[in-house]
Amino acid sequence: MSERILPGLQLEKVDDRIMTLNVGPQHPGSGHMRIILKVDGDYIVHCDPDPGYVHRGEEKMAEYRNYITNIPHLERPVIHDSCNILYPYCLGVEELLGLEVPERAKYLRVIAAELNRCVYTQYWLGIYGIFLGHSTMFMWPVGDRELFIDLLEKMTGARVTHSYFVPGGIRNDVPPNFEDVCLRHVNYFEKRIKEYADVFYDNPILISRTKDTGILSREDAIKLGTTGSVLRASGVDFDIRKKEPYDVYEEMDFDTNVLKEGDSYARSKIPWLDMFQSCRIIRDALQKMPKSGSVRVKLKPNPRGGDTEVYRRVESGRGTLGMHIVSKGKPQPYRLKMSVGSFRNLIAMPHLLTGEKLGNLPPVYWSLNYWPVEADR
Amino acid sequence: MVDDLVVAGRSKGLPIINKINTHNANVFIGKLGDVLYKAVDKPLGMAINWGRLWSLWPVHIETACCSVEFGAASGPRYDVERFGIIEAFGSLRQCDLVVVQGTITRKMAPRLRLVYDQMPEPKYVIAMGACAITGGLYFDSYNVLPGIDGILPVDVYVPGCPPRPETLIQGCMLLQEKIKCMKPR
Amino acid sequence: MSSTNNTEIEKIEDTSLVSDTEKSLSDSISKKFPNVQITYVNPNRIRVNVKREEIIDVASFIRDELHFDHAESVSGVDYPEDNQVEVVYHLGSYTDPSLSKQILALATRTPREDIPHPGNDNTKLPSLYDVFPSVSFHERECFEMLGVYFEGNPDNRRLLLPEDWADIPPLRKDFAIKGR
Repeated sequence: MSERILPGLQLEKVDDRIMTLNVGPQHPGSGHMRIILKVDGDYIVHCDPDPGYVHRGEEKMAEYRNYITNIPHLERPVIHDSCNILYPYCLGVEELLGLEVPERAKYLRVIAAELNRCVYTQYWLGIYGIFLGHSTMFMWPVGDRELFIDLLEKMTGARVTHSYFVPGGIRNDVPPNFEDVCLRHVNYFEKRIKEYADVFYDNPILISRTKDTGILSREDAIKLGTTGSVLRASGVDFDIRKKEPYDVYEEMDFDTNVLKEGDSYARSKIPWLDMFQSCRIIRDALQKMPKSGSVRVKLKPNPRGGDTEVYRRVESGRGTLGMHIVSKGKPQPYRLKMSVGSFRNLIAMPHLLTGEKLGNLPPVYWSLNYWPVEADR
Repeated sequence: MVDDLVVAGRSKGLPIINKINTHNANVFIGKLGDVLYKAVDKPLGMAINWGRLWSLWPVHIETACCSVEFGAASGPRYDVERFGIIEAFGSLRQCDLVVVQGTITRKMAPRLRLVYDQMPEPKYVIAMGACAITGGLYFDSYNVLPGIDGILPVDVYVPGCPPRPETLIQGCMLLQEKIKCMKPR
Repeated sequence: MSSTNNTEIEKIEDTSLVSDTEKSLSDSISKKFPNVQITYVNPNRIRVNVKREEIIDVASFIRDELHFDHAESVSGVDYPEDNQVEVVYHLGSYTDPSLSKQILALATRTPREDIPHPGNDNTKLPSLYDVFPSVSFHERECFEMLGVYFEGNPDNRRLLLPEDWADIPPLRKDFAIKGR
């Protein structure tokens, strides 16, 4: 390693026993962030996450763009779950401008949001498999999610980064025979994800690597403010789709999955169980959707809000996503703050990793459902 | 001129020396070089290039959102492994391709340059996505580099936001065409 | 913070959907702390403006008596016309089922300087880390983005910006992005 000192990196005193390791931005097991570890032999003594490698300044850029032109860049923190990031933004702006969304648009929004949740969870499961060295578990989910990406391409025109939700509804209607194709794909998908149990969840190697590692107790999960599957794996029943329903989720029939153990195995199982519920919601919504109708409210050019603020939240693939929009009567928002699930779960990382063995880093770290690009915004 | 040497050799005496003068020797070496180039160097170079372009191993560095489409390209539908592009899980000393997937921020830029410097020759760079080419959608952000031209020598630019996996495969094939015409250095 | 501020948030007139939960929450806070100002009581959203000297007492009361147990987000808003920076904590509850829809926005203001020296000028606030441990990373981000120093937070280092950032905190209104 060369002795060139880069600006801003810290020099440390060298200890005899404790070694500092960078699980850095270029590492097969780290994603787009760095974790600075201090290890004593095989045990992690101190852990310091270092995000910010993909910090692109979304919140500052949002203050210079109108409500409509904000949509493409706000959806890029998680490009394959883009509908769920735009959801609280659209709900908040509709509250600011006083818009009423048509019924058919609400059902189509719910369908798009659930499809996106499955697409995200499949990719996350794929990366989880490959971190543990299970390459079949990379190929199966990444291949199966292509079915839903095809459906989304029919709906929206793009594989990822759909830019489909606008304040006032959705951009355009679905093609004519969409309902039959969607139902066929969803039925096949549900059969496929049942097979993951044989290859992954009942696999004795996975069970011995992830059971009883990184246990997060119920009190700690509540105190640290974690969210999403991390919270539900520790025994807290909290899902925004049930507690504060938005759009037409009150009419949908689904359950919330809760497990009590709080270890990495439970955290890796909850998103898979949630995918079955997503299939139920999609079938329900396809049945109850009105067969025709408008899907968008026409907006005036350069819409402005009053002198108010809103805070709306939505259940995305990683947890609660909240948006705080302050408006001052101009066409641009005065302040836009995104409170993302990955950033809120980041605080559990030093808490869980301290005291663990170094080999347990991938199962514990990725089971926190952490998407680094979203946490950095 | 070979006959001269052969005839001179058969005479077994001193008169051969005046047949082997500098002009004849230069011509001999030149023609020998041509024959050796056609028989050995060109096919060897083609074999080396053939080996390089069918086993491009990218470094495992994911920079931003285009990494999702790169992951999808490695999946079963757009199988990029049939071109030899396997995301090797060893160290970066065994890799020869850097695919810069997406936005490079000011925090990431020195690390990217370090990664590129540590790779052994020959190495190639593909800039994937609009953000890596010119800064893309984030051109006016305070933390984003306007394209990676300033820090890395780019071979192929793959446009898109994000590029479809088929576009990425076309970019890799363009890189293969480029390698075929290169001298094996 | 006076109530004649021209950057105050307006009250929303439609109070027909406000239920008893919000009214009882806002009444109990204003009874115990007469100095706070209830900005609005909307369906599922209440906002309380507090001075920075009282914020720890109000937050402890909200945690112990009203059973809010975690902070969902901490957002800082810059108001250069008033020379103040406002920090809004959005608090939620996981344990109390009657409060699962409610979000309580706890807002406080701190003075702002034209040339900021983050950490060394008087843009300071007491940290709510001892009351709600979930705010630690959010307060770190607020410090580096707006320059508000939180006293009592054990870790006030840089989180998202590059290590050699030498400019003013980027979310302030006088930091203009290039070309605009």
